[in-house]
Amino acid sequence: MQINLTVNGKARASEVEDRTLLVYYLREQLGLTGAHVACDTSSCGACTVHVDGVAVKSCTLLAAQADGCQVTTIEGLASGNDLHPLQQGFKECHGLQCGFCTPGMIMTAADLLNTNPHPSETEIRVALEGNICRCTGYHNIVKAIQWAAEHQAVPA
Amino acid sequence: MSNKFIGQSIKRVEDKRFITGKGRYTDDIKLPGMLHAHFVRSPYAHARVVSIDTAEALAIPGVVAVYTGDDVAAINGVPCGWQVNFRNGETMREPKHPMLIATGDTAKHAGDPVAVVIAETKEIAIDAAEAVLVEWDELPAIASPADALKDGAPLVHSQFPDNKAFDWSFGNPVEEVDAAIEASAHVTTLEFVNQRVVPNAMEPRAYIGHYDAVADKYTLYTSTQNPHLIRLLMCAFVLGIPEHRVRVVGPDVGGGFGSKIYHYTEEALVTWASKQLELPVKWTSDRSEAFLLDAHGRDHVTKAEMGFDADGNIMGLRIKTIANMGAYLSTFAPAVPTYLHGTLLQGLYTTPKINIDMTCVFTHTVAVDAYRGAGRPEATYLLERIIELAAHEMGKDPAQLRFQNFIPPFDGVTQPGYQTQVALQYDSGNYAPVLQKGLDLLGYDDFRQAQKQAANSNKLLGVGFSTYVEACGIAPSAVVGALGARAGLYESAQVRVQPTGKVSVFTGSHSHGQGHETTFVQVVADKLGIAMEDVELVHGDSDTVAFGMGTYGSRSLAVGGSAIMKSIDKVLEKGAKIAAHKLECAEGDLEYGEGKWTVKGTDKSIGFGDVALTAYVPHVYPAGLEPGLDFSSFYDPANFTYPFGCHIAVVEVDKETGKVDLKRMIAVDDVGNIINPMIVEGQIHGGLAQGIGQALFEGTIYDENAQLTNGSYMDYVMPRADDLPMFETANQITPCPHNPLGVKGAGEAGAIGSTPAVVNAVLDALWSGGHNDVKDILMPLTSERVWRAMNN
Ligand code: FES
Ligand code: FES
Repeated sequence: MQINLTVNGKARASEVEDRTLLVYYLREQLGLTGAHVACDTSSCGACTVHVDGVAVKSCTLLAAQADGCQVTTIEGLASGNDLHPLQQGFKECHGLQCGFCTPGMIMTAADLLNTNPHPSETEIRVALEGNICRCTGYHNIVKAIQWAAEHQAVPA
Repeated sequence: MSNKFIGQSIKRVEDKRFITGKGRYTDDIKLPGMLHAHFVRSPYAHARVVSIDTAEALAIPGVVAVYTGDDVAAINGVPCGWQVNFRNGETMREPKHPMLIATGDTAKHAGDPVAVVIAETKEIAIDAAEAVLVEWDELPAIASPADALKDGAPLVHSQFPDNKAFDWSFGNPVEEVDAAIEASAHVTTLEFVNQRVVPNAMEPRAYIGHYDAVADKYTLYTSTQNPHLIRLLMCAFVLGIPEHRVRVVGPDVGGGFGSKIYHYTEEALVTWASKQLELPVKWTSDRSEAFLLDAHGRDHVTKAEMGFDADGNIMGLRIKTIANMGAYLSTFAPAVPTYLHGTLLQGLYTTPKINIDMTCVFTHTVAVDAYRGAGRPEATYLLERIIELAAHEMGKDPAQLRFQNFIPPFDGVTQPGYQTQVALQYDSGNYAPVLQKGLDLLGYDDFRQAQKQAANSNKLLGVGFSTYVEACGIAPSAVVGALGARAGLYESAQVRVQPTGKVSVFTGSHSHGQGHETTFVQVVADKLGIAMEDVELVHGDSDTVAFGMGTYGSRSLAVGGSAIMKSIDKVLEKGAKIAAHKLECAEGDLEYGEGKWTVKGTDKSIGFGDVALTAYVPHVYPAGLEPGLDFSSFYDPANFTYPFGCHIAVVEVDKETGKVDLKRMIAVDDVGNIINPMIVEGQIHGGLAQGIGQALFEGTIYDENAQLTNGSYMDYVMPRADDLPMFETANQITPCPHNPLGVKGAGEAGAIGSTPAVVNAVLDALWSGGHNDVKDILMPLTSERVWRAMNN
């Protein structure tokens, strides 16, 4: 089937199988391999992207369901050469080790900061409940998100 | 050598690609014409293959090939890299671990493969795999190591009628230990299980085999911790293909924790298939397969007895353990319960007599091998649980009982190393201050007050201690060779100074989250006195890196870093000859620092870059000296390194529900010198989370048919962000006396110390609430288990 959507600001018209999941469409057809697949039960969050501004596990959605939507992946988060504050925060605070969970963590955290610009530590931990990291023990991920909250551009 | 970067928390060089989604993991790689493999696997833990019918699968459009056991009969099984013999000298039993289970043979754990479908897309391969018809004859199976030894237990390998892989004893003669325990005023006995856990690196294993017929060369992309080791094992032992015609690349790898050390059948199979089909073949594990197939960790059943004299001094330690090997012997598996476990049972204590009796058994489960810490967490769990219980039984303070029994400090330089009763000689140690520092961070006296008050409330408070020592920097080749290793455990490094003075460093260590691209570069830049930007680190590709033994056993910096230091020494030595010639002085008159050679006491100098250029444009040049500035080295460590530390957990236990809330996790670690404190702290954090995970959340559950019933993230409980507190970490530094950087290794410490600290804390909470008879709770400490312990 044919889908029309916007991915990282770019209009796309693609032919997909009915059963193609959004994550495989992004990875295999568009070559956007930042969203990762780390489970088959929608439990790990490594595949998180934004669909119409909301964090979504892209392994739980058919590509067809994203028809007509605005999709943002980790590759589209920075504005040009300026990293998103969360990307900076993860680097500043050593919020990543192997990097495999990182795109999903950042996209989940970006959604959190959109709705709650100054979350408490508990709010951050609860928001990350659907994302697994095996490397960091989460400590520095929490700090990275706190860093980003402090350094994000104040919304006008 | 300058000290601009070493010791600084330099932000990681590698982060940029990961935070922008540009990491390049194996599954991200797409090669032209690439085919996809999917395996048909045994749904049973133990079953005979009666027949396989591939006709229907082969007829599906897009299916390129279906291979079964008959097609790969000529391929050897994956080998085991460590030999441990039976106590009576009999060779360990090493059953063949075949590529695919052939008709007439038996699958020996759920997930054992019988066929592989190769198709144009992954979806077609998956559909076609379902169309392969396998007739099975299901047989009885066992998962528990204790069950494996029972009379009449189903046999994993019919040729081994007792399910034993080998047995082993170690330490002082058992009669001496018996006598020491006999003579003790108090004996604490603890029977416990160190449960089986799943490493769960977030990136599932992925492989691409690519045979290039024109070049007659194979390339294997693999999510591995040690590309050269895979190449060696696959070429020499499995496929019998020439090593110089094989390139193995470990690109970005999403965590390993041990599970990606081993050579797995799928690696060899995609490589072999790509030759048959002359097209690249990719296989990516899904998470369900990962639970079934990636080597698991731990899985010991233990009885330990520790004897004390009337003053509380440890007199002896006697241990009987059964360790589960799974169905086949994985690459390092025999070493884990033996030489990485038995040799650590001295711990930090002066125990004069120690003996361990170990039986390693086969079961119908996937192989057990090294998982973060590998043997050392099991040893630490044993020691730290039993000493805590002993303190409780004897009415002593658990911290004081440890202080009393600690080995006195030794620096390994002016004082000799400490000779243990279990073969190892510790390099340097200073144990009491790490515990003291932990107690200070905790605020011990105040805590005990608060605990008393809490005892009457709904939430009990508990504190648990764990003081550990581990053996890292794996390992001196001659020593491990004598103990059965079939490989050397040195590391190699090449430092290539380019004509412009830029430096490429090639290391056999492999980074899959450890941050080598930063820490190794910090070391090289400081040692040469140049900018970090002028140094690049190359790793993970057998075509660019001459050789390597890879990353595990907290060895990268201690062993791999030392190899780099050796090459740098050679660069500076040759550079000095060139500099002396250019400056018309004797080499002995020169000193090196800040990136230049200076004639001592003058301002005459020549920079590193000028010397590099001269080495490649040798017009004015010392007679007889070869051009170029490029050196390789191998470093074989003189000893293991012995990091140590103290982990303290504080928990709250809900009396009504048994729910455990981890309030504080304190870790004081001494990992020797530290190159990048931020990265070391991150390593500790990650290890703590895994160790806490084992204590509170994780563990495999097998049913009576040896089926893993919790093989997904819905069922296997991984620690999540809201399960853990912020960690409180601190360091002490006791340098390693025998390697050039004085480093000991930090990768595994967190996972080694934390597990017993958490379990001890829960027991302490229960004891404070009057449940004095509780000696053990099975890990993971779920609410139900804790509640039952409080309510008998
Ligand atoms: S891959 Fe989507 S949640 Fe795990
Ligand atoms: S950084 Fe490796 S899984 Fe999170």
